[in-house]
Amino acid sequence: MELTVNGKTYNVDVPPDMPLLWVLRDELGLAGTKFGCGVAACGACTVHVGGQAVRSCVTPVADVDGPVTTIKGIGTPQALSIIQQAWIENQVAQCGYCQSGQIMQAAALLAENPAPTDDDIDAAMEGNLCRCGTYPRIRAAIHAAARRLQEG
Amino acid sequence: MGRAGTIARRSFMIGSAAILGGIAFGAYKLRQEPPNPLVPGKGQETLNPYILIDGDGVTIITPRAEMGQGNQTTLAAMVAEELDLAWGSFRIMHGPPAAAYANRVLLGAGLPFKDYEERSSIQQMFERVLEDVPKLLALQVTGGSTAMRDGFVKMRVAGASARAVLMETAARKWGVEATSLRTRDGVVLAPDGKRATYSELAPLAIDIVPPQNPPLKPASQWRYLGKSMPRLDQRAKVTGTAAYAIDTRLDGMLFATIRISPRLGGEMRKFDAETARRMPGVKKIVDLGNGVGVIATNTWLAFKAAEAIDIDWGPAPYPADTDGIFARIEQAFSQPQNATLRDDGDPDRIFAANPDQVVTAQYRAPFLAHTTMEPMNATAFLDGNRLKIWAGNQSPVINRNKAAEAVGLPPEAVELTTPFLGGGFGRRSEFDFSRYAALMAKAMPGTPVKTTWRREEDITHDFYRPGALARFRAVMGKDGPVALEGRIAAPSVTRQSSARLAGFAPPGPDRGLVEGAFDQPYGIPNYRIIGHIADLDIPVGYWRSVGNSYNGFFHECFLDELAAARGLDPVEMRLRLMKDVHEPSLKVVEKVAEMARWEGSTASGVGRGIAFTYSFGAPTAEIVEVRDSPEGIRITNVWAATDVGVALDPRNIRGQIMSGVIYGLSAAVMGEITFADGMVEQQNFPDYDALRMNNAPAIAVEVLENKKRLCGIGEPGTPPAMPALANALFDLTGKRARELPLSRMFDFA
Repeated sequence: MELTVNGKTYNVDVPPDMPLLWVLRDELGLAGTKFGCGVAACGACTVHVGGQAVRSCVTPVADVDGPVTTIKGIGTPQALSIIQQAWIENQVAQCGYCQSGQIMQAAALLAENPAPTDDDIDAAMEGNLCRCGTYPRIRAAIHAAARRLQEG
Repeated sequence: MGRAGTIARRSFMIGSAAILGGIAFGAYKLRQEPPNPLVPGKGQETLNPYILIDGDGVTIITPRAEMGQGNQTTLAAMVAEELDLAWGSFRIMHGPPAAAYANRVLLGAGLPFKDYEERSSIQQMFERVLEDVPKLLALQVTGGSTAMRDGFVKMRVAGASARAVLMETAARKWGVEATSLRTRDGVVLAPDGKRATYSELAPLAIDIVPPQNPPLKPASQWRYLGKSMPRLDQRAKVTGTAAYAIDTRLDGMLFATIRISPRLGGEMRKFDAETARRMPGVKKIVDLGNGVGVIATNTWLAFKAAEAIDIDWGPAPYPADTDGIFARIEQAFSQPQNATLRDDGDPDRIFAANPDQVVTAQYRAPFLAHTTMEPMNATAFLDGNRLKIWAGNQSPVINRNKAAEAVGLPPEAVELTTPFLGGGFGRRSEFDFSRYAALMAKAMPGTPVKTTWRREEDITHDFYRPGALARFRAVMGKDGPVALEGRIAAPSVTRQSSARLAGFAPPGPDRGLVEGAFDQPYGIPNYRIIGHIADLDIPVGYWRSVGNSYNGFFHECFLDELAAARGLDPVEMRLRLMKDVHEPSLKVVEKVAEMARWEGSTASGVGRGIAFTYSFGAPTAEIVEVRDSPEGIRITNVWAATDVGVALDPRNIRGQIMSGVIYGLSAAVMGEITFADGMVEQQNFPDYDALRMNNAPAIAVEVLENKKRLCGIGEPGTPPAMPALANALFDLTGKRARELPLSRMFDFA
């Protein structure tokens, strides 16, 4: 089976019902995408498939019908994306474990809605749990990134 | 004997430590410094257990676990401040398991004293002695909001001492007086323009004895401490490059999971793993005695195979359902008390003289799970007679020793690495995840095995915040309570965890049972708080703010009931009770009222409540505002004020309070672990949820510095959030909640 992740094509030999999350983490060694619940209830495993945010823990790899982008495809420590810069400027992360998923979800929101309101942010982000309670700063970082993206 | 003898005869219950066994080593041992555990590699020098210097620069070793609190950044700032390093120019790592990294203030924080009171000479003596014991016990524990208090002097001394050594080294090299030199950002500078980096000087520093008591900078000269510094973990944490234990990857690694008896502590009678064994990719089924493990070629296969095993579980060693469990807790009220840690005046006389005036209330708090975002896991590798283990943990020495014991190796044959923790909240002060990972590795010698728990296994095999009951009564005067008595019954976290971690349960007063109730700065003339330990074998453990998490709810809801019964303003009543008792506490209540523009009444459709808890050295007051909406009740705003003595990083402290508020509100709204058929009923986030973006309030925080003693802030935000919300709901609806979670009684949006 062929899988394109962050612009790179991989051949994987796994059962078709194996969730994308475990293909990424265990087969491809892409551990930036996190396991939180396994039932699409926390959002820690969020990645993009064809630009759409999906919960990779419940997405069978056979159903992946487009290129996959993970947190490592959004930006790197040496070349941060605007949204990651906004996260750092707002000092969002505490334990940080959920933040890969939060950023992927926020990136999908901003791609679709360049100027989200607080209600838009609530609706888009409510599936992403953060036990450290960093929500106020996530909200601020999304607004900041939206402003920056609009300024070009 | 002296001090040691005095203490040995007293049986204080302190944290989770085997205090009596430790003291027996005597004063000489107590005062001896443990050896530096850092073994410098080629081209590296270590000046003390906290600093390693090589050609690439300085590495600061932090003795406490980074699980979100930002403590690594602030502990490193203490060293960088005195060593004079440019911000961000150094690396940080967790210290390996070693007595040198013992938490010196952990045990003192467990003493049954009220923190807000001036310390007597006997209290100070106990605290001093207890600062030395952790070294013997290697109590390298992150917990009790102690990292800042523990690190504040020793990390700065480490930096200052290393700087003095490097300056002396440069002085000898250049043949000048050290006093003529200065430093700037990792470089020693001479008046004539000569300069040498710390990396250049460190290899020459071997013969120089570090000063033990180097002068420290006054706060007025700080450039990092007292400032909001950019956290040093942010870049890694927003790019998916921060390494958690669950991300450990080794050549040839296999992936595993475990299923332990869901009747906690119960036996496994038999199991049938034939189906699992035949699944492609399954490498091994491991009989763990009280459960089974599966090793496979990936984690998903291990999960699927584990679920396919048919297991016959024995009964639970505790009542099978929630009602039976709480009946057992209730029985503790009729058993002899553990201790009366507050006993002021004569409440019985007031109750007897005013039988018609006695106000009573009973409260109940449920068992709670921690649900760290990173499920329990660890990776272990048994390579001949060496075991390597990677585990996100709050107690490295205990984790190493228990893993060693599990595989039959001495502790020194085990190398434990502590990566970032994806949340801790007390859960990772336990060692079960390391022990099981070690057992799984033992079943596959020569192959690294990562053991990841399914979320369902994590929630159903926690060390829970205990369920607790309280019976309060009081007689009110014109301005506030004249007499107040609280009785609290719960299983003892302190005793249970001591038995697990240290091998025995010390007798004596259990501070953790009644903290948040007995130690509050209220000047009630007849005031008594009694603790009863419930005999219950459900695993309980340290949950963010520990006993304060239920006692804050009981005590502060009761005060609110008393105020409401007399038509008193709950803010003003608290201010009167705190007057002449503890000024900094009074100031945080005043501050939070000012922040919220508290007027004592609210518009229709709006409710407000206040609560205050003094915990871990930080008096903290919170006001919660709730509003009716078509979708249900919304928690719209929280205002919080706290006093940490010295605010080492104000922005991070505010972040910790916000985090504590949301953790507390999550528990108050919907947190509840229940039991049926001896098993925990909740399985995953759909039935054990927490606040999310759409229902988390806006939070404003102010940090005051009126207190004398510096304290930590990981926990104090949590306790007042729960009663403040319950009190706000009363203000909104007129309905008084005496049980958590509140979603049983109220419909939230």
